[in-house]
Amino acid sequence: MISLTSPVKTRAHDWPAGAKLAALCVVTVVLFRVQDIWVHLAVLAGIGGIYALPGRVFLLTGLRRLRMLWPFLALIVVWHGLTGTPVQGAVIALRLVSAVAFANLVTMTTRLDDMIAVVRWLASPLRRFGVKTQALELAIALVIRFTPVLIDKGTTLTQAWRARSGRTPGWRIILPFTILAMDDADHVADALRARGGLQNVMES
Amino acid sequence: MEKNVAHIALYAALIAALGLIPKITLAFGVPITAQSLGVMLCGTVLGARRGALAVLLFLLLVALGLPLLAGGRGGLGLFASPTAGFLIGFPVAAFVTGLITEKWRGAPLALAAGIASVIGGIIVMYAFGIVGMSVTLDKSLSEAAMLVTAFIPGDVLKAAIAGMLTAALAKARPAYVLSRA
Repeated sequence: MISLTSPVKTRAHDWPAGAKLAALCVVTVVLFRVQDIWVHLAVLAGIGGIYALPGRVFLLTGLRRLRMLWPFLALIVVWHGLTGTPVQGAVIALRLVSAVAFANLVTMTTRLDDMIAVVRWLASPLRRFGVKTQALELAIALVIRFTPVLIDKGTTLTQAWRARSGRTPGWRIILPFTILAMDDADHVADALRARGGLQNVMES
Repeated sequence: MEKNVAHIALYAALIAALGLIPKITLAFGVPITAQSLGVMLCGTVLGARRGALAVLLFLLLVALGLPLLAGGRGGLGLFASPTAGFLIGFPVAAFVTGLITEKWRGAPLALAAGIASVIGGIIVMYAFGIVGMSVTLDKSLSEAAMLVTAFIPGDVLKAAIAGMLTAALAKARPAYVLSRA
């Protein structure tokens, strides 16, 4: 499965993931506290600069990931245009773009295994209370494996439906799809148990 | 234990797969996708605890940077966007939906699961979503509520589908409906 990490290698790829996530928390909290438009303009310009540093491909990918924000930005422009509070609207819009862009920056410069290592570290205190954190790691791996399999199954099922009916399957396909998927999950559970259960699978 | 982990992981993947069903985007960009149907099904089929865990697992993978949300979206940016409240509400919605399905055994399963989906998947989910919008867009709660009312009809439809699917699943494979096991 493709993760959203940028293939364009940057220096930030080598920074510790935990530190990047901590920085993200701080930046986001600060962004939501600050009300000064000049600060927000400066922050956004700074983030734009960081996006531009690794080159065109990185910048364009980053911009594409922000596209989902435009309906909200349009809404804010209209709203604050009508109520006559353009400065306040600009602050909200700038903050929104900065917060999302900065968070995306962390996602784009951190590899999936580095992220999972942070999750493992965060979950480690739970082990002291007897929580089996191996189950969490196994579950992450299972979802990553299940998702493409399920998508394949769904596609096959839809094709089978189309071959027999002129109408589109719509939500009716979800029942056979769920049953197929749950049958599979049972087989996976049996296979895990046959290999000595959760504990053994994770240790080997 | 193995079965629990497999079921939870499967439903997390199922939410992702349901995100691929083409979406209809209504006003304001909150897309109507089958993904929230997945959240309802987690509750009605897996029950409160497992359902909430499945949704949490799904969100964790989204946060880690996998493009599992409808439209191939993912990553940490979503948790700072105006729809973040809905994401945070996902596991709570699944939990409440599951809890009602588990406890309300007097009614036929389709009805109980359907109403559970309305309460968990719509009322609880929107409560979180509205707070999220109000914070990120700096609007009052009632203004934010106004922005999302357009999506309620689509979600009522999804709750009805969740109810019917759960009842049909109970007929086909009774052992799989863990909320009533």
